Amino acid sequence: MKAENQELPTEIMELQMGPSHPATHGTIKFNLKLEGEKVRHCDVEVGFLHRGFDKSCEQATWTQVIPYTDRLNYASSLINNVGYALAVEKLIGAETPPRCQYIRVIISELARLFDHLTCCGMAASELGAITVGFYMIEARELITRIIENLTGARLTVTYVRIGGVKHDLPHDFAEHVTSTFTLVRKLLADCDRLLSRNRIFLDRMSNVGVISQEKALSYSLTGPILRATGVNYDVRKTFPYLVYDQLDFEVPLGSHGDNYDRFLCRIREIEQSMKIVEQALKRLPVGPVWIDDPRFVLPEKEKVYGSIEGLMHHFKIIMEGIQVPAGETYFAVEGGNGELGFYVVSDGGGRPYRLRVRPPCFIAMGAFHEMIQGYMVADIVPTFGMINMIGGECDR
Amino acid sequence: MSEISPQLGNIHAKLGAKILQSMQPQSDDVIILDRAGLRESFHLLKEQLSFDFLSDITAVDYWRKKEPRFEVVYQIASLKNRSRLRIRVPVPENDPVVDSLTPLWQGANFLEREVWDLYGIRFNDHPDLRRILLYDEFQGHPLRKDYPVNLCQPRVPERHVEGTFVDERSHNKLLRLKKSLAGKS
Repeated sequence: MKAENQELPTEIMELQMGPSHPATHGTIKFNLKLEGEKVRHCDVEVGFLHRGFDKSCEQATWTQVIPYTDRLNYASSLINNVGYALAVEKLIGAETPPRCQYIRVIISELARLFDHLTCCGMAASELGAITVGFYMIEARELITRIIENLTGARLTVTYVRIGGVKHDLPHDFAEHVTSTFTLVRKLLADCDRLLSRNRIFLDRMSNVGVISQEKALSYSLTGPILRATGVNYDVRKTFPYLVYDQLDFEVPLGSHGDNYDRFLCRIREIEQSMKIVEQALKRLPVGPVWIDDPRFVLPEKEKVYGSIEGLMHHFKIIMEGIQVPAGETYFAVEGGNGELGFYVVSDGGGRPYRLRVRPPCFIAMGAFHEMIQGYMVADIVPTFGMINMIGGECDR
Repeated sequence: MSEISPQLGNIHAKLGAKILQSMQPQSDDVIILDRAGLRESFHLLKEQLSFDFLSDITAVDYWRKKEPRFEVVYQIASLKNRSRLRIRVPVPENDPVVDSLTPLWQGANFLEREVWDLYGIRFNDHPDLRRILLYDEFQGHPLRKDYPVNLCQPRVPERHVEGTFVDERSHNKLLRLKKSLAGKS
């Protein structure tokens, strides 16, 4: 056979990957143009999970929006709750008591643990490291038990309220967290031994999905993807909120901007998050967990049934909703995947006039074609895995 | 409004007459910009005032509340100076067009597509202004305040993609659906 007959055809092949593909956990479609196995062009189609979050929120009262925010990034619903509550409180001009702020820091970091463990575990198991996947899911399950013990729910928690949190920490919370973190650290050490210097894992992850620092900034990327390129931007450090400026923690940075650096950033952030929770638990002040303002906070049941003022406040808040003064504001927190911002517009009524979420993974999907161009089809799986796209947040 | 922050003072000095109004609600810096020459204004902000990071683009519909009806809202930040700035650009209903920021920040691509999709505001020189969250056949722009919440959209036939393998049965089903839809209208 002559040599020219053995050459592979070089014409461009179009391939549609998704919207329901077993290797992309999430409903998303990639319209690929392939040259052999190389991706020449990738057009990302999102929106399969669009359910009109913004429009629904305009119909609900300020408090009724909180369960909707749970369903944005359901891997870190507590952070969404906290971000939304902080945005509305900024518009009201209220500051929650110190104990509430510490509790919010603790739950944010627990949610971040949950998010990073999900992301890394899933990405590892998609690359064949099923054992690591199961270990991380086990660690996640331990965190879920803390959240369940605290809020009564595992995933969509609705724990934070405007002006406080639903109730105080349970009495055995600190011991529960300490004993759980010992187990989580042991599991993570096992994962590290199995994975971090594993030849197969390294070959699939390092120098794949590279994005440069300038491009990452130009595409407005945030979170572990931006930090993996070496840009030191973490909302907790750059624009501190709650009590993050009083706590001692580091922001892990990468240098190459590839998938392996993203993975390492997330794994190191898990350690930092546990450190933050332990510090916050040590310093946890005593006091109320609600602001002292009957216009925004539901009165206790004894007051509702025992006094006319209590009954009136209860009726007003339930029937008309919290009255937020007219105005607009933007507040961002560091979500699991990056800057999670809430832009809130109020016309002075009981419902939001406009509620916009800055979804970090929607913006990351906007840069996906840049990350994958020139790589193999198989590289889509780890690159997509390390973005940790959550359909609920991306498509809203 | 008694005193403006030094940051707003700097911005005033650079942009001058382009600023229609500036304010500081809840200690945020907010400016309202003229949409004429918007890209040059952003270029100045990015290159000379080091607002190098585009956080977000969205819009608000003030239907029957304000004139002009729409406002496109930009959140930009300076990571070096650790400061944020919000820019609001009024856009009238009869000519809903603003300059695209894709030449300055590539991340504006997806964000502007979303604003186009949900609000129907067009962006000049956008490389690829298609719907993003909704499908091409969707009628109207759902985040406009005059779009009813419970409005149903018409059923659209399955899209035929050139050059793909088509299963005989589903193809026949597609033809039947097309026929029934054609019969209705």
